[in-house]
Amino acid sequence: MSDRTDAAATLAKKLNALLVRLNRGKLKDGSLVRLTAGAHQETWAFEAAGEAGATPLILRRLAADAAPSDMTIEPESEAQLMRRAGQCGVPVPAIHHILAPDDDLGRGFLAERVAGESLAPRILRDPAFAAIRPRLAFQCGGIAARIHAMPTTNLPPLKTRFAAPQLDDLYALYQSFGGGSPVFEVAFRWLRDHLPKEARTARLVHGDFRNGNFIVGPDGVRAVLDWELAHLGDPAEDLGWITVNSWRFGAIDQPVGGFGSVEQMLKGYGSAGGEAFDTATVRYWRTLGSLRWGLFCRNMAQPPRPGLPIAVERAMIGRRISETELDLLDILAPEGLQ
Amino acid sequence: MTQHPAATELLASVSSFLRDELLPSLRGAQAFNLRVSINAIELVRREIEQAADAAARERSRLAALLGGDRGLDAMRNELCGKIAAGELTLEEPALCDHLRATAMERMAIDQPSYSAYLAGLARRRREQQ
Repeated sequence: MSDRTDAAATLAKKLNALLVRLNRGKLKDGSLVRLTAGAHQETWAFEAAGEAGATPLILRRLAADAAPSDMTIEPESEAQLMRRAGQCGVPVPAIHHILAPDDDLGRGFLAERVAGESLAPRILRDPAFAAIRPRLAFQCGGIAARIHAMPTTNLPPLKTRFAAPQLDDLYALYQSFGGGSPVFEVAFRWLRDHLPKEARTARLVHGDFRNGNFIVGPDGVRAVLDWELAHLGDPAEDLGWITVNSWRFGAIDQPVGGFGSVEQMLKGYGSAGGEAFDTATVRYWRTLGSLRWGLFCRNMAQPPRPGLPIAVERAMIGRRISETELDLLDILAPEGLQ
Repeated sequence: MTQHPAATELLASVSSFLRDELLPSLRGAQAFNLRVSINAIELVRREIEQAADAAARERSRLAALLGGDRGLDAMRNELCGKIAAGELTLEEPALCDHLRATAMERMAIDQPSYSAYLAGLARRRREQQ
């Protein structure tokens, strides 16, 4: 516990020095709070106190012990991508500063803290969002269309990953864990037999476009967060991922994020200039998404080093692999339709 | 008599102590991780109660599906191979029934509050009426 307190005090000191250098005032005493401690990234909230008053800000940076990942982009790239997205009309937090080695704060960025709610269960159940909830699926469709319309020139370096190589990578990951899941075998087989046929132009794909990564206010989606899984590929991937049952947070009859229908989302997508996708394409990417989430869950439950215990949160996420098996069966062999 | 309380009762005691007496005094990340820990204890309790029966049922379904009992792991891998090779597909109702029964039994242990599990239970209740 005291280690953590010391680490926070050191962080506060360095952050204050940075704010002074950037001419953004000072770190307001006692305002630095850790919001999330993800496996890969950590997020801190704080306030910069200047002449004009206090400004709520976010520090997002790589965890000190973040393992290198070929799934995620560099944090500097993530910040640049968010800036480009903002210029293209996508709601994102403004990026104020990309950390440099001299800042001695690790790798990441300082961003605007957008007011609103990002916790999915609250977005689905808090009466404050009752009026906007029926419009969120349409809005998300429109935002996705704007992301997918972004010119892919002038973007930071991104990998291109369509469905087929994703399946190859996921199958290799599945086998590295020893395989042995008949449901996953069924899903891999089905996804390979039904690969999207048309070769599409590679578009920017957010990669984690789902309830939980949006900041929502009573007026709707104010910001899209967590761009570290961005890549180039099939834009329908984002439209399927947001409908994965794990992201409906219990509201199973509302496929889009637990708040709306696929038809509403596709209508919003079309109204913002996006191409006409059908529900079968969304279903294809929902299937691939459920499979991917299942393998990510399993991947989370790796010990930090052989023989060491797995942190309890990550260990329990590992057991969520079975929810994706049931979701895959609900997609590929729904009960009552056999 | 000498084995009382049973392992599951010990775990129930531990989780009720953690939830009712320790949790209210914690905040932030520690409270969050304690809640996750209580869920983990509850999962282990369900696993002790249910896993052996679930494995026996999975094994007998697999033996019927594949024609002969060759042990759970071997049969599960054999099924994986047949699916990957396209020899068994979801067109086969017995495969669908087996996969769904196995998934539901796993969820009863891993996460019985999950939406798709609850929806599956509700469908079963409706069919039985």
